[in-house]
Amino acid sequence: MSAIATPLPKTPAAWKLPYRGKVGMACLIFAESAIFTIFVVAYLYYVGKSLSGPTPGEVLETPIFYTICLLSSSLTIHFAGELLARGRRGAFLLFWLLTITLGALFLYGTGQEWQRLIYEHGLTISTNLFGTTYYSLVGLHAFHVSAGLIMLSIVLLFGLAGRVGPEQSARVDVLSLYWHFVDAVWVVVFTVVYVLGR
Amino acid sequence: MSSDVIAIQTAEAAGRPWIQTLHEWVTTVDHKRLGVLYILYALFFLVIGGIEATIIRIQLMRPHNDFVSPQVFNRMFTMHGTTMIFFVAMPILFGFGNYLVPLMIGARDMAFPRLNAFSFWLTAFGGLLLYFSFLGGNGLYGAGNAPDVGWWAYAPLASRAFSPGHSSDYWTIALLASGFGSIGTAINIIATIVSMRCPGMKLSRMPLLAWLNLVMSGMVLLAITPLSAAQLMLLVDRYLGGHFFDTQAGGSATLWMHFFWIFGHPEVYVLIIPCFAFASEIIPVFSRKPIFGYPVMVGATVCIAFVSMSVWAHHMFTIGMNSYANSFFTITTMAVGVPTGIKIFNWLGTMWGGKIQFKTPMLFCIGFLFQFLIAGLTGIMLASSPFDWQLSGSYFVVAHFHYVIVGGILFALFGAFYYWYPKITGRMLNEGLGKLHFWLFLIGFHVTFDLMHIPGLLGMPRRIYTYEPGRGWDTLNFLVTIGAFVQGIATLVFVANLVVSYFKGAKAGNDPWDAWTLEWSVSSPPPVYNFASLPTVASRRPLWDLKHPEDPDSRYE
Repeated sequence: MSAIATPLPKTPAAWKLPYRGKVGMACLIFAESAIFTIFVVAYLYYVGKSLSGPTPGEVLETPIFYTICLLSSSLTIHFAGELLARGRRGAFLLFWLLTITLGALFLYGTGQEWQRLIYEHGLTISTNLFGTTYYSLVGLHAFHVSAGLIMLSIVLLFGLAGRVGPEQSARVDVLSLYWHFVDAVWVVVFTVVYVLGR
Repeated sequence: MSSDVIAIQTAEAAGRPWIQTLHEWVTTVDHKRLGVLYILYALFFLVIGGIEATIIRIQLMRPHNDFVSPQVFNRMFTMHGTTMIFFVAMPILFGFGNYLVPLMIGARDMAFPRLNAFSFWLTAFGGLLLYFSFLGGNGLYGAGNAPDVGWWAYAPLASRAFSPGHSSDYWTIALLASGFGSIGTAINIIATIVSMRCPGMKLSRMPLLAWLNLVMSGMVLLAITPLSAAQLMLLVDRYLGGHFFDTQAGGSATLWMHFFWIFGHPEVYVLIIPCFAFASEIIPVFSRKPIFGYPVMVGATVCIAFVSMSVWAHHMFTIGMNSYANSFFTITTMAVGVPTGIKIFNWLGTMWGGKIQFKTPMLFCIGFLFQFLIAGLTGIMLASSPFDWQLSGSYFVVAHFHYVIVGGILFALFGAFYYWYPKITGRMLNEGLGKLHFWLFLIGFHVTFDLMHIPGLLGMPRRIYTYEPGRGWDTLNFLVTIGAFVQGIATLVFVANLVVSYFKGAKAGNDPWDAWTLEWSVSSPPPVYNFASLPTVASRRPLWDLKHPEDPDSRYE
């Protein structure tokens, strides 16, 4: 039987397959995109179908500053990854912290907007169809930002403990792939809610 | 083999306390053990779902029957459908995928073993939640316990107003949990196949089972997620007072139907594609020929995956879509039949001129071929929207999709059990009992589901609690129930075979079927580490190459 288990002698010269972390994250992003698509479809389908106010046109204000914050965090996390690959840990941590700060600022912006909508305009998730779809879609995105921030913070803690070096570069890249996805989703949500939806 | 086995197993042979064994199984991250857990878990629910089906059939056995109350009847068909799809078919197919994919592509485990365990326990938790509803579903309202809204929970049935208490919540959260489990496993299977293949295992040399599981997992990512999203919306509606599916606030009941069927129809293909995979492995081995048209088989599968994503609204012809939508979904649905037909011809082409061995796995696969063809043909009938207007919501539809699920999926699954049981346990399943199981089940199946088409054509609606005598449905319904009992007895024969053969079956050896894929190169059951040294392959049939060095497949690639 040993003949069966012994592999054929010639091994192909180069046998390199993609990194499993990256493949896994790509699949997760694919699946998440489908979830967001359904929420976006629901939002668009119900635009202008609310039976009572307030309407998006009356109460929404475009969050330009916080959008810039979130989108630029994609840039900072990209630089952080490059710095880590080159072994510059200090600079990596700095850019990583900057990314977290920008993400947290965005989340603060969402919170502020929600507070304004709830207390000034009386718009809650059960007020009308706009409220239901708006809070669900923006909330789903904010949930993903929060999850991303938690994961980024864990990396930061490990980094401060001196445990993140160039050998972890591939793993950090997987996380930054997720963060880019969260930013890309915001571009879609922003377009749907603040541009098309009004 | 002896030179390659590392002596880990001898340590296991000694008698250990059962609690230690249990602990090992609960905390395992080994793809083979998780595969077995998936399969056992699904078999348990298969029995429960089968009992529910039997209750439904006894109730419908004769007119004006009152074996159970109407409320219980509603719960039974809801739980039967939900259980069979989410807690039998999905986990059992994931179980086989989990067990076989790493072995067949020459890997030592899945890409993410802990995610694998997490996904399994999430799915298991989902099933537990669903059945806990029998105890906890009452809530404060004194309302009914288990979910009774049908397996598709059309709005507004599942809204607070019409489904008080917690039964619909258990249904929603159970499906959400098992859905996330499915997504995790799908990600895992894809990452395993993309990143863990052994040297030489190019995509063009991968066993069809791995290919088809890859396609199926891709579909899971795209098909289960809309259901998860819709469940989240339903939860927002039920708990936070949202209006997604609340027609009184401008919401749309149709939107739920769309979201549900965007999941629901691809789901059928998610279930049938792994069964195609079983047939594609079993038929060549028992025809003693390599699979006919390998690249076309892969292409047809990918094609099915694409087209099946745009057919969902053929479940909704009767809700009054416009004629363009009706035409579109009629055409796409019929188009799915083309790649499926290609696959059927390829299996026939594989058998053509082969030295066919009629062992039990092959018998089940031949049954699968014929029945799946008929199921496909009634599918084409229902795809035509004017025909569907007449028969939507009738027993004809029930007969059609049970033909797919029982006649297609379950038959292929039984074939897979008989084929891979020796690898998983090291013992052969009894061939005599296997043949008895096959013929009994075949007879029971045809008595039940062939005849079930007719009351549907005569106008019997699905989900009715009872019916008036003298409409021409009485005898047929009686016979359908008799057939269900025959299937039940056949299933008992199968379970008995599984148990008896585990203790008394003939030793299987590494390769009882003289097969060609890598899982048969290791011992039965395989060692924990699968391969002592990673194999290197040079063709689609690595074991053929090893057994026939004078004429290896690799020479022709």
